[in-house]
Amino acid sequence: MKTILKSTIFAICATVCLTGTAVADGHLEKAASARKAVMQLYSFNLGQLGAMAKGAVEYNSETASAAANNLLALVSMNQGPLWPQGSDYVSLGHEAGAMPEIWSTYPAITEKSKALMVGATNMAKVAGMDLASLQGAMGGVGGACGGCHKVFRKKK
Amino acid sequence: MKMFKKLAEFLLPAIALGGVVFWYLTAPEYVSDDLLAGMENGDAIAGETIFWAGGCASCHGPTGKKAAGAAENKSAQFVLGGGHGLNTPFGTFYVPNISSDPKHGIGSWTGKQFANAMLKGVSPDGSHYYPAFPYTSYAKMDVKDVADLWAFMKELPAAANSNKSHDIWLPFKLRRGLGLWKMLYLNNDRMVEFENPDEKLARGQYLVESVAHCGECHTPRNIIGGFDKKRWLAGGPSPDGDGNIPNITPHDSGLGNWSLNDIVYSLESGFTPEFDSFGGSMTDVQQNMAKLSASDREAIGIYLKAVLPVASKPK
Ligand code: HEC
Ligand code: HEC
Ligand code: HEC
Repeated sequence: MKTILKSTIFAICATVCLTGTAVADGHLEKAASARKAVMQLYSFNLGQLGAMAKGAVEYNSETASAAANNLLALVSMNQGPLWPQGSDYVSLGHEAGAMPEIWSTYPAITEKSKALMVGATNMAKVAGMDLASLQGAMGGVGGACGGCHKVFRKKK
Repeated sequence: MKMFKKLAEFLLPAIALGGVVFWYLTAPEYVSDDLLAGMENGDAIAGETIFWAGGCASCHGPTGKKAAGAAENKSAQFVLGGGHGLNTPFGTFYVPNISSDPKHGIGSWTGKQFANAMLKGVSPDGSHYYPAFPYTSYAKMDVKDVADLWAFMKELPAAANSNKSHDIWLPFKLRRGLGLWKMLYLNNDRMVEFENPDEKLARGQYLVESVAHCGECHTPRNIIGGFDKKRWLAGGPSPDGDGNIPNITPHDSGLGNWSLNDIVYSLESGFTPEFDSFGGSMTDVQQNMAKLSASDREAIGIYLKAVLPVASKPK
């Protein structure tokens, strides 16, 4: 687990530090939209878990485990290249919803990624056990998503 | 010269009379002593619920570096040293230290003084508080809940720090003038009238309109900072000038598509029905709501479903 964490953080650092690398035009927009796609995948998998947690669909241990493992895989992915400097909403306009503070206060955001790693790891551990364990783990994930959105995502 | 004297004879008493009227109208009001008889005998355990519902830590709690992760760490939120800057159209207010420290906080206050701050917006030395402290909502609280909250707060740790003074426009520095504002906006009126509300709805109304002060953010204000009552909970531009606050009435442009369960679950988990997560200042509010009982969250949802639907204004 620790190594995944380290490599993710290293990767984010590498991109943030090595700005100005020559990349083809439009790469900032592409990075921002790829980032949003990852966020959508977070939401999709949480939707499966959440539907059970809130009682909209019946609990199924396999579906729950699969969704939780997907979430953990997404969170463990090397996301460095998705967060290049200059892909904030001030620079890109509506394409992005990322605050410039992500880069100006770096590495503060890595704390937020770590928090999500903790939440997703716990979820992957317990989602397949029973409904109560899944329900108990939702708040930890929700708090981690919100913790980053609170400071680093453009206000509505 | 004669002219001037005549004018002065007329104007000076008028100004003096105006001054007397102003002084009279802006005088602080207090809660009557007999209502406050139980202020020192609150129940600290019940007070913790009020503390979270009231969101005291979201404003008076840890700031800056210390705030990182504080929302998830319950005991860190019990250190009420203040210092947080609140941006408003009138300037920046720095939240005071309300910890149990007798010198820097409110540890030397009596229960009556605390009750008058919460219910009347009046400080121990008789000056008016700015409504950046959302006492216009807290004023509708039951005295018993204020007593319980006081019992709980006395048990919290002391923080020995002082904070910056408010950085606000000159005319607003005169606290006495706030008395006029209070005449308009400080009262016990309900924001919504229901015919025979059941227990749950009444509880939801009490939480949303008073203790949890949802309207302080979700209701747009007029130019002098009072609620636009017709647009109760209908959202609008954020008062701190950054972004928009969503409409949470049951209109289609608000929570119309959210089921009761969606609302209740969002308060528990921080997830919208699409499983996006709350952002901005709502994350702190949600963390507080997650600490209430399931039945209180349900009551809030029932109330939000019952208020008048109001269409959002185009941005
Ligand atoms: C490390 C910070 C961070 C974490 C953790 C995080 N997000 Fe995000 N999220 C963002 C940012 C920044 C944006 C704005 C879009 C962008 O990247 O430009 C965003 C946007 C979104 C969006 C909107 C995407 C779109 O299409 O516009 C959704 C949905 C979302 N996040 C869901 C989640 C969920 C669910 C979680 C938790 C599992 C989560 N996010 C965790 C930073 C984060
Ligand atoms: C939205 C932010 C906000 C919230 C929430 C809030 N306060 Fe405050 N509070 C303030 C501000 C700003 C002041 C300073 C007002 C002034 O100077 O006139 C203040 C002042 C006070 C004071 C007076 C302190 C003094 O030194 O005179 C007390 C007591 C107090 N708050 C208690 C509470 C309690 C208890 C809660 C929770 C039930 C709470 N506050 C919630 C912003 C807040
Ligand atoms: C400190 C200001 C503040 C207070 C107090 C507050 N809110 Fe919010 N609320 C917000 C903001 C800002 C958002 C937008 C969050 C975002 O960007 O995701 C929001 C969003 C919401 C949403 C989601 C709406 C949507 O369409 O996505 C709901 C539901 C909600 N609030 C309910 C409440 C309730 C219930 C209360 C009282 C218990 C409350 N709020 C108190 C600021 C506040």
